[in-house]
Amino acid sequence: MAENPKPDQDPDRLRGVHVLLLIPFLVLWVPLYNTIEPTLFGFPFFYWFQLLWIFASMIITGYVYFATTPR
Amino acid sequence: MPLNPTALTVFVIFFGFVTFVGFAAANWKKGDLDKLHEWGLAGGKFGTLITWFLLGGDLYTAYTFIAVPALAFGAGALAFFAVPYTIVIYPFVFMVFPRLWSVARKHGYITAADFIRGRYGDRWLALAIALTGILATLPYIALQLIGLEVVIAAMGVQLGGWLVYLPLIISFAILAAFDYFSGLRAPAAIAIIKDIMIYITVFAAVIIIPYQLGGWGNVFSAVPPQQLLLADNLGAYTGYATLFLGSAMALFLYPHSVTGVLSSSSRHVIRRNAALLPAYSFLLGLIALLGYMALAVGVRQMPAYATAFEQFGPNFAVPALFLEVFPDWFVGFAFAAIGIGALVPAAIMSIAAANLFSRNIYREFVNSNCTPTQESRMAKTMSLVAKVGALMFIIFLPHEYAIQMQLLGGIWIIQTFPSMIFGLYTRWLNSKALLIGWAVGMISGTWMAASIGFRPIFPLVVGDVTIPGYIAVYTVAINFAIAIVLTLVFNAGKKPQADETVPSDYYATEGTGGGGH
Repeated sequence: MAENPKPDQDPDRLRGVHVLLLIPFLVLWVPLYNTIEPTLFGFPFFYWFQLLWIFASMIITGYVYFATTPR
Repeated sequence: MPLNPTALTVFVIFFGFVTFVGFAAANWKKGDLDKLHEWGLAGGKFGTLITWFLLGGDLYTAYTFIAVPALAFGAGALAFFAVPYTIVIYPFVFMVFPRLWSVARKHGYITAADFIRGRYGDRWLALAIALTGILATLPYIALQLIGLEVVIAAMGVQLGGWLVYLPLIISFAILAAFDYFSGLRAPAAIAIIKDIMIYITVFAAVIIIPYQLGGWGNVFSAVPPQQLLLADNLGAYTGYATLFLGSAMALFLYPHSVTGVLSSSSRHVIRRNAALLPAYSFLLGLIALLGYMALAVGVRQMPAYATAFEQFGPNFAVPALFLEVFPDWFVGFAFAAIGIGALVPAAIMSIAAANLFSRNIYREFVNSNCTPTQESRMAKTMSLVAKVGALMFIIFLPHEYAIQMQLLGGIWIIQTFPSMIFGLYTRWLNSKALLIGWAVGMISGTWMAASIGFRPIFPLVVGDVTIPGYIAVYTVAINFAIAIVLTLVFNAGKKPQADETVPSDYYATEGTGGGGH
């Protein structure tokens, strides 16, 4: 494997980019999405927002992965 | 239910196929199965894709596929907690669990309790962690059987007397055999087949059924309006948010999750999977909506399913939906997916519980001089015991008990959070303080759940405000507060305590012993 960090370097040390990982936690604020409108393809907002947030979460985690993985 | 020979034939063919794969898996990524880290962790050789299938097949279980839509069918929007639950877990896994992988690989840990033993040098805290893991896992295995039982009954296999359990016993005997023989390699290989089958089934359902019903709008309009959203009050919000947050905190503490994490071949496999596993969360969201489709199709009112609903309650919603809308051969395929979906997590769970028993109870307290072969043999035997226990549970006790026990399991396992998760970052917490916090959390959590009839949300009264919240979150907060306060007391004026790990172990990419990559 090519991604061997130097032994004295913690690849998980906190960096600015890790703040992005807090964005998925926005779902904790339930009143934000506990509504019917706007609907999308017949899905009430409550449902499509949470499903969409899965992809947002994947993209964010994926971005942080590439930003913090030594190459 | 009348016997459905076409569905049953397809079901049996797929079951036979995965049985073959389960046995053949012994030779996959060959290793010496007389060593526990080979049998119980597949040598830690799984790359990104296999880990994705393994953890996906492990975390999103057969019971989930039956129970989440059943909850949507019966209670509406609350069931969707499964989606944010599996959103918030992954950023957390991304940050925290590579550290567990590294320290485990460095020191040859194969269980969470191994890590606790090494980090805190306290065999009693390690025992508490091991027992909690085993206790939380056993009812979870039993629940998988409920998923299997429902689909077997839905194909009309209704034998009289004690024979009613025969299909279940046969399925579990098959499972036990390939588990014993192949270890973790078996469920990992089968998970790949099962997950592909589940994806096909669910995508077929979410394309075909809304089309037949005239669009998604008609699916949602079948839901009683007061259940389509959460109630518009603070209590409903705190209940929902704490339920998914607490479930997420608990998820990766379960032994079967830890086993999945530790069987991967590098810390980057875990980091990548934190970004890739939410694909299953999307699937789970769609599965929850199967409950609404069942409402829209009106399966409950159909006389053909009346007796089955009487027996299984809302858990019969998805099987009835499939029987109603799919041709028989595809019903067999879908039910096989659910049935095999029960075997995979049940296999991993029983292996994980067996690892804990063999390593952290047997070797630590009973036979400290045991050879690697004895240790591995003990684990194999215990994986059988765990499965027989789960089978007994389902045969001799009401299903209600398994469901209540599994609820308690979540509340129990979260009590290992302070020791495990904070332990991955700091040795500051005192092990005796953690042990007392754990005990208080276990007792208060069990008491709170029992006092409200084994429901997850406890109406906590603070002054004149009632804040409903998930018991696991409330009690782990108490647990953690006690651990901190007692650490301040116990650690006053003391030297640093035992710790066999050093900071660089937590980001190591290679181990010192075998099993490296």
